[in-house]
Amino acid sequence: MPSAQVNATRMELTKQKKKLATSKRGHKLLKDKRDELMKQFLDMVKENRALRQKVEQALMRAHGSFTVASALMSSEMMEQSLLYPKQSVELGMKFKNIMSVNVPLYQFQTKSADSGEIYPYGFATTSCELDDAVDALSSVFQDMLKLAQMEKACQLMAEEIEKTRRRVNALEYVVIPDCEAKIKSITMKLDENERNNTIRLMKVKDMMLAQQIEAQRKADEEAMAAFKASNA
Amino acid sequence: MFKIAVLGDRESVLGFKALGLEVHSAETAAEAKKTLHALAKDGETAIIYLTEQYAAEMTDEIAKYKDQVTPAIILIPGKSGSLGIGMKNITDSVERAVGADIF
Repeated sequence: MPSAQVNATRMELTKQKKKLATSKRGHKLLKDKRDELMKQFLDMVKENRALRQKVEQALMRAHGSFTVASALMSSEMMEQSLLYPKQSVELGMKFKNIMSVNVPLYQFQTKSADSGEIYPYGFATTSCELDDAVDALSSVFQDMLKLAQMEKACQLMAEEIEKTRRRVNALEYVVIPDCEAKIKSITMKLDENERNNTIRLMKVKDMMLAQQIEAQRKADEEAMAAFKASNA
Repeated sequence: MFKIAVLGDRESVLGFKALGLEVHSAETAAEAKKTLHALAKDGETAIIYLTEQYAAEMTDEIAKYKDQVTPAIILIPGKSGSLGIGMKNITDSVERAVGADIF
């Protein structure tokens, strides 16, 4: 059913036909886009899950070491040891385009390249558990960054897939059938008009023929009458 | 250049200081919400690591930033362990994209 009444004209028909062609092409392209996005998304999600599991485990280990360290040292001492970090991190962000979704790529730079620089305290007064904890954290940090990148990419792609899916469905189930119905109703209307016209012409022709026959008959009768009168 | 922030209760996030990350500790969820908004607003923080313990109470705030490129809010387990919210978020995004949980 066409959702709105359309003018049954040839111009409208051409317009609707063009619209249908565009919609069909758009539908196909969007469907391809959705399929490709989905493929990449599912791969990424799988990786994301594995990475998250790894990071969570590593972080729990680090937290464990911290708990032990805080049991061995006073909390003031802990605070003091970690108060002024030697290391500082700067993050650079680039973008990568995956099927028109811009996902961030992170690169980080540490201020000093020496990995031994992560301990901001002297070893004399602190417990070795703290060293373990800081070490565990620094080793998991690379993975944490990768996790951030991947998780954000997943979220952005999920949004894009949802959008594309809606568009595909709207085209497939609303726009295209609507257009087809409109085209059908216009063609039927135009055909109907055509038949109307033919019938009218036939009727007019019949009427004209009848008139001519009548006129001929009258003329014949008059001629006959004249002939009879002249003979008499 | 962007910054990386860590937000959570003091004991969970203390260690990240040593790595040179920007550490913000919050004692209550309300405080954490405020800090989160402030961090998201300044435009310089690209990644915010948030402990799951607070994340459980601020799902709306996190959802708000989900579709933005910055900041990326990434959940990490706090000192009392993982609540599985991070994993659930992945499942949610699959559900959002596919329409059903297929893993």
